[in-house]
Amino acid sequence: MSASPASAPTPAARAAVPRPARSGRDGLSAVLAAGQRPARPGALAVSMTFGWRAMLKIKHVPEQLFDVTAFPIMMTLMFTYLFGGALAGSTTEYLQFLLPGIMVMSVVMTTMYTGVSVNTDIEKGVFDRFRTLPIWRPAPMVGYLLGDAFRYTMASVVILAVGLVLGFRPAGGVFGVLAGIALLVAFSFAFSWLWTMFGLLLRTEKSVMGVSMMVLFPLTFLSNILVEPRTMPGWLQAFVDVNPVTHLVAAVRGLMQGEWIGHEISWTLISGAVLIGVFGTLTMRLYNRK
Amino acid sequence: MRTEAARSTSSREPDGPAIETRGLVKVFGDNRAVDGIDLRVPAGTLYGVLGPNGAGKTTAVKMLATLLRPDGGEARVFGHDVVREADAVRTRVSLTGQYASVDEDLTGTENLVLLARLLGHSKPAARKRAGLLLESFGLTDAAGRQVKQYSGGMRRRIDIAASILNTPDLLFLDEPTTGLDPRSRNQVWDIVRAVVAQGTTVLLTTQYLDEADQLAGRIAVIDHGRVIAEGTPGQLKSSVGAGSVHLRLRDAGQREEARRVLSQTLAAQVQPESDPVALTARVQGGGTERGAAEQAALALAELSRSGITVDHFSLGQPSLDEVFLALTDRPAHDEQPENGRAGHGSPLNTPSQKGRSRNGQAAEEATP
Repeated sequence: MSASPASAPTPAARAAVPRPARSGRDGLSAVLAAGQRPARPGALAVSMTFGWRAMLKIKHVPEQLFDVTAFPIMMTLMFTYLFGGALAGSTTEYLQFLLPGIMVMSVVMTTMYTGVSVNTDIEKGVFDRFRTLPIWRPAPMVGYLLGDAFRYTMASVVILAVGLVLGFRPAGGVFGVLAGIALLVAFSFAFSWLWTMFGLLLRTEKSVMGVSMMVLFPLTFLSNILVEPRTMPGWLQAFVDVNPVTHLVAAVRGLMQGEWIGHEISWTLISGAVLIGVFGTLTMRLYNRK
Repeated sequence: MRTEAARSTSSREPDGPAIETRGLVKVFGDNRAVDGIDLRVPAGTLYGVLGPNGAGKTTAVKMLATLLRPDGGEARVFGHDVVREADAVRTRVSLTGQYASVDEDLTGTENLVLLARLLGHSKPAARKRAGLLLESFGLTDAAGRQVKQYSGGMRRRIDIAASILNTPDLLFLDEPTTGLDPRSRNQVWDIVRAVVAQGTTVLLTTQYLDEADQLAGRIAVIDHGRVIAEGTPGQLKSSVGAGSVHLRLRDAGQREEARRVLSQTLAAQVQPESDPVALTARVQGGGTERGAAEQAALALAELSRSGITVDHFSLGQPSLDEVFLALTDRPAHDEQPENGRAGHGSPLNTPSQKGRSRNGQAAEEATP
């Protein structure tokens, strides 16, 4: 083993060290003596490593996928059959309108779990270890979001599958649907920075949950997800119009129906960039100063 | 001292002090958690920071490890300012504490591989290093288990393993043995000694005098965010008394007489305990354990000459409580947790009674 350059970070240093004893102090001394420092990894590499951690956590705690599988199925079924007859005459008819919106609603609501994960890590004591590592500072945060992007994709696919079974027939075809999901996941990635901020700011998991309800209910319900805003009072329409979720839904709906609504897509991307700019900056300030 | 030997075999040349702080201050609300600490920790040594819960130990360590910003004063680690050159500090230090732990949901191997990858090891190198560390820490059998299923001792070992994936120049160990059983504690001590022997500077905080005595070359005693005493364990003990003798008499009626005899022969304060037949006295012994043992033996002989029957006798090291009593004329306090976030402190646990014979050499028992 002494000369296997392929598997050792610094073969020269390794070669001088004898094979450690089975265990105990001698073995440990040899391990310590061989503790040569490799080159510092880049921002992308460490972010991907944190993403890998998020995947490992999904592997060990698969229950956490409940909120990206059962919850979206429930939402889709509930709203389709609750409003379908009353609003559009038939559930299948309504589904063509509702499905992209309910997909946005479920995924955007799922983003708050990012805040819960951050908060749990602080509470459990793994967070401060990451903060003492000589790595690109935002990497742990980006890692959470990469893991969450996987969850968002999964929720979208589950809802799409339920929709297809119930009779959703997107005119945009495979490409339109994939583009819609991609836009949704990208926006949710940006939106999640709000939750990394709250995860760092608030003291307990419960308060993160509490705040998330205050934010998510108005953002998702006061939008064009369930109904067209035409019949709403003027002041409410004003809110709905500036709500980034409205633009996201309009863009996703368009893509799935085969229309590229340029200004809605642009608004969604711009609001995503603003969200990252504002909440990403605040998150990193809190992360560095905590 | 064991660490004397370790120091001389240090493989790294000291490049100035590992830690130097001047007037370090941290305030939480109206609580001055750290209230002007000056420390100088020579490179390559093990430095003990001794104090009760709430004394400011953890807060000081967090500032030195770049986790908290000082509100006043300055701190340098290997010459790098902990605020302005935090990144340079991070490349050279590692931290283990209850708040800087590993991921409970992941297995031992996954945790170590994760951290090794973050430090820049290739995937095969990370696996190899994780395997070697687990092996030398006696955790190979538990490598594939989630850390949440580990016992307290295993947990503490994996925490330390996670801190030495790249052998650090300075390792902070924040109360590494609090709450451990004696066997696990000895395992941790062995690991700490091996780390110091490799030339790593270690700053260890503890609530136990005997731990600091066993491991540290120098000790700072901290109370209310200030250093109230500093020196080698020998110096500290000679100011406090090298030992503490605990007696149980057959007859409670003889306690006053015993107390008089002891204060004469030991020239020290004797304290009656709540048990009506028990007494505790500090033994100066010129600051050495041997001196303390000799003095205690004389005191026993004197008691027997005065016709006082002693049922049980033991000689141990002074507890943290007794150290504090000697240094501050009041017992160690146990106040609020050190900072705002959910309290993770454990209750002050002085080893004076139940832990007296934890390390074989410090305790001698006899039943005359």
